[in-house]
Amino acid sequence: MELNDIIKPENKVYAEPKLLNRVHMHYCPGCSHGVVHKLVAQVIEEMGVAEKTVGVSPVGCAVFAYNYIDVDWEEAPHGRATALATAVKRLWPENLVFTYQGDGDFSAIGTCESIHACNRGENIVIIFINNAIYGMTGGQMAPTTLLGQKTATCPYGRRPDLNGYPLAITPLLAQLDGTCYVTRQSVHTPANVRKAKAALKKAFENSINCKGTSVVEIVSACNTGWKLTPEKANKWMEENMFAKYPLGDLKDLKDGIQR
Amino acid sequence: MINEIVIAGFGGQGVLSMGKILAYSGLMEDKEVCWLPSYGPEQRGGTANVTVIVSDERISSPVLNTYDVVVVLNQQSLDKFESKVKPGGILMYDTYGIHKKPTRTDIKIYPIDATEKSIEMKNSKTFNMIVLGSMLKVRPMVTIESVLKALKKTLPERHWHLIPLNEEALKEGGNLIKE
Amino acid sequence: MNDKVTLMKGNEALAMAMIRYGAVCTSTSSPGFSLMQEGVSYLAASEVPALLINVQRGGPGLGTIHASQADYFQACKGGGHGDYHMIVLAPSSVQEMADMVALGFDLAFKYRCVSMILADGTIGQLMEKVVLPEQRPRRTDDEIRQQCPWAVNGRKGMRPSNVVTSLELDDDKMEENNWRFQACYREIEKNETRCELIDTEDCDYLITAFGTTARVAMKTMELARAEGIKVGMFRPITLWPFPEKQLREAAKNVKGILCVELNAGQMVEDVKLAVECKMPVEHYGRFGGNVPTPDELLNVLKEKLINK
Repeated sequence: MELNDIIKPENKVYAEPKLLNRVHMHYCPGCSHGVVHKLVAQVIEEMGVAEKTVGVSPVGCAVFAYNYIDVDWEEAPHGRATALATAVKRLWPENLVFTYQGDGDFSAIGTCESIHACNRGENIVIIFINNAIYGMTGGQMAPTTLLGQKTATCPYGRRPDLNGYPLAITPLLAQLDGTCYVTRQSVHTPANVRKAKAALKKAFENSINCKGTSVVEIVSACNTGWKLTPEKANKWMEENMFAKYPLGDLKDLKDGIQR
Repeated sequence: MINEIVIAGFGGQGVLSMGKILAYSGLMEDKEVCWLPSYGPEQRGGTANVTVIVSDERISSPVLNTYDVVVVLNQQSLDKFESKVKPGGILMYDTYGIHKKPTRTDIKIYPIDATEKSIEMKNSKTFNMIVLGSMLKVRPMVTIESVLKALKKTLPERHWHLIPLNEEALKEGGNLIKE
Repeated sequence: MNDKVTLMKGNEALAMAMIRYGAVCTSTSSPGFSLMQEGVSYLAASEVPALLINVQRGGPGLGTIHASQADYFQACKGGGHGDYHMIVLAPSSVQEMADMVALGFDLAFKYRCVSMILADGTIGQLMEKVVLPEQRPRRTDDEIRQQCPWAVNGRKGMRPSNVVTSLELDDDKMEENNWRFQACYREIEKNETRCELIDTEDCDYLITAFGTTARVAMKTMELARAEGIKVGMFRPITLWPFPEKQLREAAKNVKGILCVELNAGQMVEDVKLAVECKMPVEHYGRFGGNVPTPDELLNVLKEKLINK
């Protein structure tokens, strides 16, 4: 068999998403952001909704998401993404509107906006990357940092008497009447990547069909912040993060929220 | 005597730490020192450069346009900084991956095979100390003893066992200079 | 009781709410400081001492992460609402940055006002030789009661109650409060104005600059003097109160002033007011995290003032 016999359209098993820009990403090798970006681009492309998609990017490592996924974006001030997304979705109710936020952005400075947007049942998708640390600013403690976990601002490990407890915000949001779909996923194995993709698709459909707020938490690795190799970081995540932040659906209202 | 230096390369090559150790070495000799880094927001990779000034007198501007010594560790940095060497100054570059050599004739140019040497030493992390060794051979603004003192000062105690390896790298770096 | 407490807060507004209760010091860079403006105004109105540190980055908006001096107006002319001032200290070296922490605290407690260290991204990233000032222990409970009789820490001995508030709905009383604040600011202007003069005795031209640009301009002075151009330097150390008398005096015999800043022209307004526009005052600014180089400033000096 010749090479040209193999390279045929019918034999193609994978192509990079067209909505993923061909630029060099600034993320560290081993970071989960790249995979999640790819999934977001893939799902938007497969759903054929690029023309009516608006993303809201955060402050933090993913601030440059707008350089990587080729849809319309708004860059929000630190923590304010869900408020901004609310405005976009209310002005363009047909649109797919999503925010892409890290734990510092979503569950520290943005807690107020995050909870109220979910409680209002805004028809947006929140993609919440939880890696238990502030990545871009140099690995400081986040609300989601685990007990005992060492960071630049808790170098001897997080202590409950000094720093309080890790904040599992997703279960809180699941209790609110405004959320229709709340799920926790990861992207560290091919099987998990497939599940995360299905979750994103369901969430995006919810936004377009105005079923309420969807929250897709991705428990992620920050191997640089955690000071581990990518492989060890994934392992550490499985052993420690999943205990505090177990994967799976927390809420899934098939018909959307009651209005 | 004032030495105005810039070291430039990729993030991860040890550019900033080489500068820091040089500045600390000056401090060990009670000189006036200044260290000003420049890098992007990313935690890894990207380009980085650092200005180091080692002087006997009070240092005025930490921001400079021309330098006595320019040390460049990749092609991008060579392209950017060749024109910024003061006439009569020193341009030192690592030969690895350099496809467009410097052309100026009014400065002293030192190509060094530091990457190659670090591979030979079987430890790529010695790279920046090899470069520092070469630079101090050409322009001995601080002594090797002071560098070793500075290493002790800047490295946590658990890494002190690496100091002999760094000393070796400094020496090997010096040996790369043949005049 | 803990000797000292370091706490990481969820956001800048929360940090400011803690400062209201004598948490006393917080630091941030420009976008974070914008978020703190509500708290600054409340602090000033409640006469609670605090030290704030803003290591400026280039705006507006998220802008860049590199050096800027574009928050001069925000720091010196308001920022938050209402008539208030902060003592604004502008370090131009790492040593000064370290020394100003103690100075900032002392001034804040002396006048029951807010003091601020207005640094910039370059000074913030710089490493230099520094002698750390001796650490001072936290005030004891008794010292707090003696030195800060206004503090809200329980009515020990059933003393009259203390209330820290910025609210006063009686117009006459609020006016009275404002007069008290203003009297305090006049007192600060009289006592706490600081600046550095370099080679101003014989200079024909004066450069005014603070922070990083002052350091760059010092090298420009060296280059200029080597060419026989007599240039002096006026460096305000307090940006508010602005050392206008000292500047007027230093500028008496000069042919022109060049004000160099990392902004579109902010301090230059105070410079012009200080010299009552009696001589040419030119501004040169860079933005976006860019810092001018010494020879660049020399060319500007020639272009804008000398060869004009």
